[in-house]
Amino acid sequence: MMKDLFWRPPSTSSGIARKFLSRPLACIAFAYVSILVIACTFAPLIAPYNPESEDLLSVLSGPSQLHLLGTDELGRDVLSRLLFGGQVTLLNSLEAVVAFSVIGVPMGLIAGYLGGRIDRIVMSATDIVQSLPVIIVLLVVAAVFTGSLPLMITLGLVSSPSIIRVVRVATLSVKSELYVRAAEVVGLKKFQVLRRHIFPQVVAPMAVQVSVFAAAAITIEAALGYLNLDVSPPSPSWGSMIAEAATVIFRQPFLIIPSGLIIVFTVIALGVLGDAIRDIWAKKDDRSDIDTGQKKRRSRQTKVTVTQSVLDENSSDPTPPDSLLSVRNLEVMINSREGDLRIVDHVSFDVKAGETLGVVGESGCGKSIMALALLGLLPSGGRITGGSVVFRGQQLVGMANKERSKLRGRHIGLVSQEPMVALDPVFTVGSQIKEVLQTLHRSNAREAKRDALELLGRARLPDPRSIFDSFPHELSGGMAQRACIAIALAGRPDLLIADEPTTALDVTVQAEILDLLLSLNNEFKMSILLVTHDWGVIADSCERTAVMYAGQLVELATVDEIFNAPLHPYTEGLLASNPYLSERGSLPSIKGVVPSPWEWPEGCRFAPRCPYATEDCTLAPIAARAISGDRVTRCLHPERIGEAVTSEQ
Amino acid sequence: MERQLGLNKPVFVQYGHWLYKALHGNLGASLQNKQSVVEMLNSRLTVTLTLIVMTVIAVSIVGVGLGVVSAVKGGLLNRIIDLLSWLGLAVPNFWLGLVLVSTFSVTFHLFPALGLTALSSSPVGWLKSLVLPVVALSAAPIAVVMRQTRDAMSSVLDGEFVRTLRASGLTERSIVLRHALKNASLPVVSVLGVLLVSLLGGTVIVENVFAIAGLGSLAVSAVSAHDLPVVEGVAVYFTLIVIVVNLLVDIAYGLLSPKVRLR
Repeated sequence: MMKDLFWRPPSTSSGIARKFLSRPLACIAFAYVSILVIACTFAPLIAPYNPESEDLLSVLSGPSQLHLLGTDELGRDVLSRLLFGGQVTLLNSLEAVVAFSVIGVPMGLIAGYLGGRIDRIVMSATDIVQSLPVIIVLLVVAAVFTGSLPLMITLGLVSSPSIIRVVRVATLSVKSELYVRAAEVVGLKKFQVLRRHIFPQVVAPMAVQVSVFAAAAITIEAALGYLNLDVSPPSPSWGSMIAEAATVIFRQPFLIIPSGLIIVFTVIALGVLGDAIRDIWAKKDDRSDIDTGQKKRRSRQTKVTVTQSVLDENSSDPTPPDSLLSVRNLEVMINSREGDLRIVDHVSFDVKAGETLGVVGESGCGKSIMALALLGLLPSGGRITGGSVVFRGQQLVGMANKERSKLRGRHIGLVSQEPMVALDPVFTVGSQIKEVLQTLHRSNAREAKRDALELLGRARLPDPRSIFDSFPHELSGGMAQRACIAIALAGRPDLLIADEPTTALDVTVQAEILDLLLSLNNEFKMSILLVTHDWGVIADSCERTAVMYAGQLVELATVDEIFNAPLHPYTEGLLASNPYLSERGSLPSIKGVVPSPWEWPEGCRFAPRCPYATEDCTLAPIAARAISGDRVTRCLHPERIGEAVTSEQ
Repeated sequence: MERQLGLNKPVFVQYGHWLYKALHGNLGASLQNKQSVVEMLNSRLTVTLTLIVMTVIAVSIVGVGLGVVSAVKGGLLNRIIDLLSWLGLAVPNFWLGLVLVSTFSVTFHLFPALGLTALSSSPVGWLKSLVLPVVALSAAPIAVVMRQTRDAMSSVLDGEFVRTLRASGLTERSIVLRHALKNASLPVVSVLGVLLVSLLGGTVIVENVFAIAGLGSLAVSAVSAHDLPVVEGVAVYFTLIVIVVNLLVDIAYGLLSPKVRLR
């Protein structure tokens, strides 16, 4: 056990090599850079011509058999000059990279490992250096010193803040690991800890920075070459070749192409290598390659189950005449890491005009997703895959988004769970309400402001005028939720979907918000769909309630019926585990946990946790069936509910 | 001669002397022609500032615009924009300038290859002569701003408050262009300050490519002549520009974010 804690992650170089080989682009980039380096190193052996031998008979020839990349204005072979010029450009860039690493890595390690005042000094120094334009600093150096070495060292120095920051952050995260602490306790010197334990762990982020900088160094070296600051003619560098080509651009435009493209390709290759290192390093523990394969397979599987589904039991149910919203066999799929998951499965219910319908269930049973699906506001990756949602005679499933957005606010409103993140942080509360009012009612600014203040008052906010001018971060949770309710009321919706409107609030505020919702329900004759996991909220505010478990609606009844005689064992268990309703001293809870969507059993989804489960419960999916009038249960043996409680007593 | 230039004194005394004079608006005289450095720089400042301002405008419009479109539409466009931003970062600005010259000046005669036409002599000619240098300068910053905007917009559009705004019936146009963009502009604005530092370096080289008489081309010719007072003068001017721009960025940040606004 203790051994595990002090275990240092080994570096698996073979695994990294395999991951690298699985990226064709990275392999091409690596091959390109290797070939380039080798070709330039052995330029004297490979180059077809002496880079400085002039041939005034074939000047500016363009590509030909004799000169693959053509000749310049003195008849010198471009290919040969590129290879020899590469020596200059690559070597200069290498000098800069070495300076960059030699200065940056120790500074980052020291700042991160020692912390305190040294850290602060290093960080403010990097801040200053980062605000200097690199080229200007280099020009000043070039004005004072001769030769390219001082320039390249300066380039490495002024670019080093990027690697200092990265190494520092990596060091900070490794520093707190137990094996590093252990090494310190054992008495290793600080330098040894740095060298043997911390340095190996920051190599990957370091390598990313080095390759990114190498790309930048080549561009800047080429720019210096273009300004004739890196070498003295006639010996070439890639940048100075571009400068020479520029002077004859009207006579031979092709001449700028070879030297330019070789820079572009080299920079891209180094960038690709940097990206590959970063991705491999970031996904060290991630199995996303496998995941994508699984996802494809799963989505095919689910398609089959959709067609095979036998649960369309009450699709023929007539819609009651007083129904405002009629949901039938609603099915919602979410695309997740585990593949396509059916989060909401054949949910059917009606919301009558003016009624408050509760939806209750444990976290993760799909009730919030169901509520968002009704609004057409599913999170990305979610979609309605079946069933129908009819609102005032209009089918919402499959409706064009434009049509659908016209219903939102005007006819269906939303109050969500977290008021503090539900308001736009960069606009005042007032301007948000005003904008909604102006959009929905086409009113002018003055009317909108008057109405906004009235709505804030209706939401029982103490001082509407000061709230109007406040930003969301200046409000308390309860005030923010009242502001959200005011916004939701702006369009005078027929149906308000309240998704756990009191969960994130203090207990005292919860009651006030609930009270507000109920009075609005009376005042505006507005139906409310109240999603909650709190029986107290249901008892106080709802006429009927639906109980959801594992994506399905398992029971639907009036609140009286539910509390007095539940007809589903899950409802019974949920009621018994409620601290407000439980009569005895001990608080019973339902055995087991809510299964995750990919673990849902074939038969009754509650069967594994159900005290009454019999063999037939697990055989096939259980259909929801109407018992009497509006009552619905998804249980095969509702008559046995209550036995477990009585037998215990 | 040595005494005349003060070279017989220790380095830090020389620096102190230079600093004292610099703080009084005197950056010395050019070693080449004895002209006052401040006068030389001031005569060229407008040109460089014009280039910078035009580039910032181009980067803001194109970079932010493409970033927003790509965050909203996604798909194939995202791939294309990824590719473009790779190229924008990999193609050196001076070479891009030359390719533009060889294409649009040498081949198609659309834009002038060299120099900056004076605004007073021909406004259209002025605008035409700015096009190629500004394109060459803005390619790399556009790539950065585009990616930054796209990432910021995507994360804002996934946010909870966007859902509330949609639920309250606002138009998608207002949600994207008013609410999401204002929220996403914070990280984009903070990257602008960093971009500007590299943009200043870019003007030095691009002014040389297009033979534009700005601060950058002056600095390069001064370097070849080892005319240190002029090079130092340019460095001072650029530092001042960086400071002013960072101040502007901070002010913009304060205007955009209510949490840092002074009360």
